[in-house]
Formats: sequence, structure tokens, C-alpha cells
Amino acid sequence: MVELDLEIRQDTLFVRLEGELDLGVADFLRNTLEGSLNKNPVRHLVLNLSRVSYIDSSCLGVILGRYKRLAREGGRVSLVGLQPHVRRICELSGLLRIMGEYTTEEEAVAKAG
Amino acid sequence: MKVVNQLKMEFLSVPENVAFARVAVAAFASQLDFTINDLEEIKVAVSEAVANAIVHGYENSPTGIVRVTVTLMETGAEIRVEDNGKGIADVKKALEPAFSTDPERMGLGFVFIQSFMDRLHVDSSPAGGTRVTMIKTINRGAAAASQGGH
Repeated sequence: MVELDLEIRQDTLFVRLEGELDLGVADFLRNTLEGSLNKNPVRHLVLNLSRVSYIDSSCLGVILGRYKRLAREGGRVSLVGLQPHVRRICELSGLLRIMGEYTTEEEAVAKAG
Repeated sequence: MKVVNQLKMEFLSVPENVAFARVAVAAFASQLDFTINDLEEIKVAVSEAVANAIVHGYENSPTGIVRVTVTLMETGAEIRVEDNGKGIADVKKALEPAFSTDPERMGLGFVFIQSFMDRLHVDSSPAGGTRVTMIKTINRGAAAASQGGH
């Protein structure tokens, strides 16, 4: 199970996730993010994963898909609050080479800008 | 190698069972002297192998059967994930980083398994299903060090 909180501020969509991100929630996550991006013309996405205890390749694929979409228009995806195990998976996948990693949402907004 | 304990389970190829499988296998494997980190790595490997069976083997059909066998030995755990799905035409290519037949997926499943497990063997043939065998050995030195650490 995953819980998800969305907030739009200026040109950024903030997504706060809680739970375990695997194949069981990948479609839900993809559809929710796509739905929000289709409705709201934001440039950037800040993913707060501080309450995510687990992630696997299916949801990394969902994040990468949104990155490709936003990067085409010059936007960014920032990752916030990675727990050690989640961070290791993100690092191994190469995601941290293309996305900024921050401790807090405020830091992501300040430094990514 | 002396078998200490064994678990066999089978379940339908529905995505919700990915979480069930990794938690069940990790709970069972915790009977051995694995570290918390080892168990986290086992969880990832099981997740990826079961997800592969569902997404690729059964092409997201929820009516397939996924079988998981965990054999605990004194030296570590052997975890086998099997499906009767469509199989992999080119196993060698499937094991390459970033190989995926689906653009939304990153082709990282086997990369994670290879990174986190000590051995990986994949048997597969088109229409013949796939059997992924993974071994995680107990690192006695690390376990002793972590127990003795402060």
C-alpha cells in the first residue's frame, strides 16, 4: 500500500509518498502522476520519499518516465529525503546521476532553482 | 550441502503478491544468521524476480502461477522463482544492464539481483517458462563484526 499527497506551488508539483513502491502500486503511481501533470502545467517535480521504506525497478521506471516527460520541456525531477536502502537502489539504477537529491523540499526548491 | 529448512509456495501472478513474496521470503530467511542489510537485499531480489515472472513471463495476465522455493542451508539461502510463462528468447541479452522490452521499465531487475545476490542462474526457453535461481551466502565475518561492533 502507498499513500500519496499532491501539492502544486507555482511551477512545481510536490508529491509526498508513504509506503512501499513496487509493482503492486506502479500503475496507480504512474496514472496519478500523469493525471496531475496533464491537468497542471508545471515544469518541475519534487518527489518526497522520506516515508518510503522500499522501492524497486518498476517504480523507478515510473519516476524515470516522468523525468523524460519533464526534461523534454526543460523541467527537473528532484528527490527528497531518501532513506539509506532507497538511496542505494536509486544510486545503483543511475537515477541519482540525472536527478538532484536533497534533504528537504525547501532545499530542493532553493538549490535546484 | 545440509538443508536446514525449506519453504515452497505458489500464488497467482497478480502484482499485489510481489510484496507478499518478498516479506514472506525475508521472514523465512531470517532463520539464518543474515544481517538486516542481507535481508533487505534478499527482498529486492525476490521482488524483481517475481515482478519479472508477472510482467514478462505472464505478460501481466493475473491467472498464471508463480512458484517460489526457498532452501535454507548452513551456508546461506537458495531462492528459486519459477513461472510457466512465455520464457526469455535470449537469456544472455536479458541479463545485460538496461535491457528491457518495455520502455517504461528500466531493465534493472537482473542488475539488482546480480548486485545483491552472490549467485544468479536463469533457465528459460520460449514457451518453456523461466526459472531464476539465486543464492545468498552468509557472510560470517560481517555478521561477527556487526555483532561485535559498538
